[in-house]
Amino acid sequence: MPTPKRLRDLIREIRSARTAADERTVVNKECASIRDSFRDQDNTYRCRNVAKLLYIHMLGYPAHFGQLECLKLIASPRFTDKRIGYLGAMLLLDERQDVHLLITNSLKNDLSHQTQYIQSLALCTMGSICSTEMSRDLAGEIEKMIKSSNAYIKKKAILCAFCIIRKVPDLMEMFIPATRSLLNEKNHGVLLTSVCLITEMCERSPDTLHHFRKLVPQLVRILKNLIMAGYSPEHDVSGVSDPFLQVKILRLLRILGKNDNEASETMNDILAQVATNTDTSKNVGHAILYEIVLTIMGIQSEAGLRVLAVNILGRFLLNNDKNIRYVALNTLLRVVHADYNAVQRHRTTIVDCLKDPDVSIRRRAMELSFALINSNNIRGMMKELLHFLETCDPEFKADCCSNIVIAAAKYSPNKRWHIDTVMKILTSAGNYIRSDVVTITIQLIAETTSLHGYSVQQLFRAMQQDYTQQPLVQVASWCVGEYGDQLFSTTIEDEEPLQISESDVVDLLEKVVGTANSSVVTKEYAITALMKLSARFTATVPRIRQVLELYATSTNMELQQRSVEYSTIFSGFDHLRAALLEHMPLIVTHHHTLENGLEAGDDEYLSERDSISRTNQQNMQPSAPRQPGNILDILENGQSSGPGEMTKITGAADLLDLLGDLGPAQPLSNNVVNVMPVGPLDGMLSPATQAKNQINGTAGLQVTAFEKNGLCIRFLCERDPGVVCATVINMIATNSTPFPITDFVFQAASFQLTLQSPSSSIIPPLNTDNLTQVIRINNPQKQPIRMRLKINYIHNGSNINEMGEVNSFPSVLWE
Amino acid sequence: MLLFSRQGKLRLQKWYVAHPDKTKKKIVRELVTLVLSRKPKMCSFLEWKDLKIVYKRYASLYFCCAIEPEDNELLTLEIIHRYVELLDKYFGSVCELDIIFNFEKAFFMLDEFLLGGEVQETSKKNVLKAIAAQDLLQEVSIEEYLVCLGLQESICRTH
Repeated sequence: MPTPKRLRDLIREIRSARTAADERTVVNKECASIRDSFRDQDNTYRCRNVAKLLYIHMLGYPAHFGQLECLKLIASPRFTDKRIGYLGAMLLLDERQDVHLLITNSLKNDLSHQTQYIQSLALCTMGSICSTEMSRDLAGEIEKMIKSSNAYIKKKAILCAFCIIRKVPDLMEMFIPATRSLLNEKNHGVLLTSVCLITEMCERSPDTLHHFRKLVPQLVRILKNLIMAGYSPEHDVSGVSDPFLQVKILRLLRILGKNDNEASETMNDILAQVATNTDTSKNVGHAILYEIVLTIMGIQSEAGLRVLAVNILGRFLLNNDKNIRYVALNTLLRVVHADYNAVQRHRTTIVDCLKDPDVSIRRRAMELSFALINSNNIRGMMKELLHFLETCDPEFKADCCSNIVIAAAKYSPNKRWHIDTVMKILTSAGNYIRSDVVTITIQLIAETTSLHGYSVQQLFRAMQQDYTQQPLVQVASWCVGEYGDQLFSTTIEDEEPLQISESDVVDLLEKVVGTANSSVVTKEYAITALMKLSARFTATVPRIRQVLELYATSTNMELQQRSVEYSTIFSGFDHLRAALLEHMPLIVTHHHTLENGLEAGDDEYLSERDSISRTNQQNMQPSAPRQPGNILDILENGQSSGPGEMTKITGAADLLDLLGDLGPAQPLSNNVVNVMPVGPLDGMLSPATQAKNQINGTAGLQVTAFEKNGLCIRFLCERDPGVVCATVINMIATNSTPFPITDFVFQAASFQLTLQSPSSSIIPPLNTDNLTQVIRINNPQKQPIRMRLKINYIHNGSNINEMGEVNSFPSVLWE
Repeated sequence: MLLFSRQGKLRLQKWYVAHPDKTKKKIVRELVTLVLSRKPKMCSFLEWKDLKIVYKRYASLYFCCAIEPEDNELLTLEIIHRYVELLDKYFGSVCELDIIFNFEKAFFMLDEFLLGGEVQETSKKNVLKAIAAQDLLQEVSIEEYLVCLGLQESICRTH
């Protein structure tokens, strides 16, 4: 058999391959010869072959057939063989492999080898691929090695213990006695690894944390020695003495000092000392300062120290190094609630970071800016943020809009400004706006009676310029429908009156319904607006009628239904039309609705297809006072004035909503069947409509269970009034991406749980509709509810699997 | 810890958390594209799933680490830098080719510096000393081995 190629030659040959196919040929040929050589049990070149195989593995080719050869190398007495063998084991094996049992034995032998470097190889391998079984099998050996007097072995054994505890936390107990004395060591490697091990232990168990609190003075002393010690080239990094150790100690101090006044007291001085003495001309100094800021904020530190910490971050913001600026923003975001005023002082710098070329920095700056808005600075901040909204990447826009709406609602100085701001969002962020913003804006405009004329003119102007932006067009259509009569008012202060006629308005709305760019929801808004205008306008009524009749044959069920219904009003009940199309009564909401609206908005409002059903639903909201909306009046009228059926159809969706809660929906549908084709009925009785009623009936608590890649799953939770210890959860899934989610399967696991069938398996894009599913949990032990989620779906052609866990259920659900 | 070239070619990968091979490949591909798509004036950190990615470019090579949210990003840059310094000392002004042709040495160095994802030795001198000693051991045993082989051959011949 010929001598195998040398590793160097193989690498050279692979590198000289011109195409991927050439490379594959070389690799395949070499793999074949390596296999042959393995089969012949060749000992001389096994090491070389495995080394080549590792290179091939790194290029992404399969190399699992070398696993057993690695074990053979490990068993060899030669150091070279062992070195490559263990390297191979670390790369080719992971803890899932069965070969693991075999390697555990070799490790056990080598851990007690007399050569420290062979022991070291075994320890290192353990640190890389230690599995649960291996941890249990070798924990005893490791514990003995921690006590070794050889620092080289000791530090490695300590880190192995660290890995073992990560894998099997139960094994922690056996390492505690050996760990206690470790901080007396002088060797930096040992100190560093010990601090690391203690940190891990403290994070895992509160008891151990309590136990190790007494180490604080000792840690403080080590830290003091570190910063006082003169220059020691061995451990220094550009003039800072062993930053690795300093940072580790600071982190441990943070854990030990958290919620403990005595421990915090002990470390106050040294923290101040490190904070002021660290040289900040280099990155490494900032690394330490960063850690110290976290520690100061994490423990019960003095107020003066906290201000010092925030000021350190303020200085970071001015640094030229973008990494340091990023870290500063990130940290400020974490501490902004603790020290609001201190952070507020750095506002200008933070706002400047909105213009940073780096995406991550911009995102942080945006979040932080929103956290800093208050009623004093809202005008200035909003100007910056609106400017940001215009120029920022699409991924930011949805978040930015929603946050601006919240902030504007909270702190707006006056209504006019508020409406202007929201309108600017509608015009500049276009289709990125979430649908909740639309409903909130409509609510806002409706509430502001004095500015109806101003709003509708502004909106119309904006819609004239661009009628492809769905949210804008929806709001504008709604307003034109409601306040169309004020479009021609010339008394709006400091605004030029619109030079338009009734037919211009109808033209535009017709364009909106007609264009393929409009979503179905938008078309529904527009067609309802047209209908409403028939009561406000005079000259264009026949045209409106024509348009409605045209869409009576639309292939879209909703549009068709609405058009047919509206046309019927014209033909059969013209005397009622004006009354039917009255202005909407003002919807009374609680103040917090705006903020809740951002989260709950979709559930409450999404299902509302047009302004008419909106009234009814709002009236039905348990939170809103039950004022008799005009639709209810109309119904009475309708029934008293003759045939009656047709009026019922007009409000059919609403009636169904009403009756869905009241009970006898059946007779109504029979009634309607006589008059109407079956089509629209299907739409009305679809699961979505039913689910809508369920949601509206719930005064539930809301939990966001899952939010990722545009898929948002929320739970509306409620205790089942009928059954003790049972909780009913309405799961609502929405999709804010531009593509539909299909084949959506939602699975959940909790104590005793039943999942009812979902309303659909498809979630339409851009939050246009939602998917609901009812979950019931039986919890007789009244334990805190936890739930695991598994979600599968197909999105934009790719199959996506997600897992999640929900622990944030409010305790009222089980207490 | 990942090392890859500007062309996205993987030069070294070291995992401290177990994943099946397929996942590893997917993660590597994802991270490489993510990091390579960043412009030079952007910062060295990015958030990826529930981890933070810290990367730095040295000549044509990117060094990339995934760390936990609680870890110190700035210090991670120092760790990367320290590793580069170590390689530099060992190879004498290291370049990508050194790491390609001596990838196993780069691994050995990493294993002496980090263990289980944590720094084990902060002294450059100690790391290099340990590596030098092991290299020596490797050569000695090869010589011993050759002697053995020689003996075997002569035995064969005498028979």
